Amino acid sequence: MNGYPNGRLLALLGVSTLALAGCGADLKWYVVSPLTESGRANLLFLLGGLKYTLLLSLTAIAISVVIGLLVALPGISQRAPLRAINRVYVELVRAVPVLVLILWVYYGLPIVMGISVSVFWAGVIALALSDSAFEAEIFRAGIQSIDRGQIEAADSIGLGYLDRMRYVVLPQAIRRVLPPLGNQLVYMLKMSSLVSIIGMQELTRRANELVTAEYRPLEIYTVLVLEYLLLILIVSQGVRWMERRMTASER
Amino acid sequence: MFSGNVFVMEPISIPGASGSAENATPSPDGEPIGRSLVTLERLVKRYGDFRALDGVSLEVSAGERVVVCGPSGSGKSTLIRCINGLEHPDEGRVFVDGRAVRSRGRGATRALRTLRTDVGMVFQQFNLFPHLSVLDNLTLGPMRARGLSRPQAEALAHGYLKRVRIPEQADKFPRQLSGGQQQRVAIARSLCMEPKLMLFDEPTSALDPEMIAEVLDVMSELAASGMTMLVVTHEMGFARRVADRIVFMDAGAVVEDTVPQRFFEAPASVRGAAFLQRILAH
Repeated sequence: MNGYPNGRLLALLGVSTLALAGCGADLKWYVVSPLTESGRANLLFLLGGLKYTLLLSLTAIAISVVIGLLVALPGISQRAPLRAINRVYVELVRAVPVLVLILWVYYGLPIVMGISVSVFWAGVIALALSDSAFEAEIFRAGIQSIDRGQIEAADSIGLGYLDRMRYVVLPQAIRRVLPPLGNQLVYMLKMSSLVSIIGMQELTRRANELVTAEYRPLEIYTVLVLEYLLLILIVSQGVRWMERRMTASER
Repeated sequence: MFSGNVFVMEPISIPGASGSAENATPSPDGEPIGRSLVTLERLVKRYGDFRALDGVSLEVSAGERVVVCGPSGSGKSTLIRCINGLEHPDEGRVFVDGRAVRSRGRGATRALRTLRTDVGMVFQQFNLFPHLSVLDNLTLGPMRARGLSRPQAEALAHGYLKRVRIPEQADKFPRQLSGGQQQRVAIARSLCMEPKLMLFDEPTSALDPEMIAEVLDVMSELAASGMTMLVVTHEMGFARRVADRIVFMDAGAVVEDTVPQRFFEAPASVRGAAFLQRILAH
């Protein structure tokens, strides 16, 4: 094994110590202390947001990967109009800030479409759309990195476009883009905190609500930081594990 | 798109196309007597101002073994890549087994796929699929392009792996094999399509010297089995032993088209003689 898990642990410890030392501030850890009953209740309330953060991020990333792939494919077409579709989508979607998109989908879309969107789905749609432009660029880069000889070999054994993509190009491209895809997943977990603005009961929203009730922003937001930190460290370990597993078969 | 291949490929009559494959006799002067399998008519291919092919015509009969040689940049690779539609000539026409190879127009994509199941191609860089096992490399084409079932495709694959003398490597990945073994897998992959014609684009140029022989042996055996072959190579020993005809190209044109003996002993052109001197000198 290499050294980075230890490195990460050290970083985590460092941040924790810094937070606990409090740089001289007047800390009242009782609000989130697992030793008192009210502290425990507060902690459980904070951690309860984890479910929504995960559900929101994972649903959004799954959708955005699919959209991203569908948008990437015309981007590598030899036909200019198809490439134009890809460019317009990527440029437009990429230009809208995530927060703005969340607000627009939640408050604007119901008026345009005449339907009501739940907080959860508004968040999912906004996050997925916003991320899909980046996924599209990642997939396009991955597909374009596949050696021309692979495509010629697939052609020469009579494979059509779909088979060539499914059996030859995409399996290789996806292995190559796993690191940036992992990046996007981490990014998504963090961006999901923005959905708190429309009232989604995820980690950030719960911290905000607790701060309003307890007036201890430093302690509660420190717990929030640690929650995200832990969550993302675990997720990136998972992504690395998947990378190792998927590249192992080629060795 | 449900139009059958019969309708999208234009059957045309070619001089000498009526003869059967059995009485095809390789002719010394490039005038095929047997059934013509490949006909190239005045092919021109330009890359910007550079003319990779400058009006090349060529006929290959069923069962013939043709070696194409010439200095680099003479258009050899471009020529054989036009035969399976990996390159499309700017002018001229390509016929394979009596059907015109078309790159544009209605049904062209489908017609190209059908053509490619008839024409095997072996690349200089092998181009095996690195994420698939040797067996999966071999069965992909038969299953997806020829519609065979997995057991059928695997039986076929094991048969051809035996023929290229690596039956025990079926479950390995390409990366685990030597260059020579990889190229033999690539040959087997093409053979699994049971093509009428095999194209080889410098199949030994990326190999270490000690591995060249094992690949050439497999190719010689294939030639002996009666496969029609067009081989771009600098292996003049192989050309002399195996080829029925040598096509010598220079500057995008066919300069000589003759039997090996005549080409090696008394090349008719100055450029041919100069090429031989360079390549045989070392």
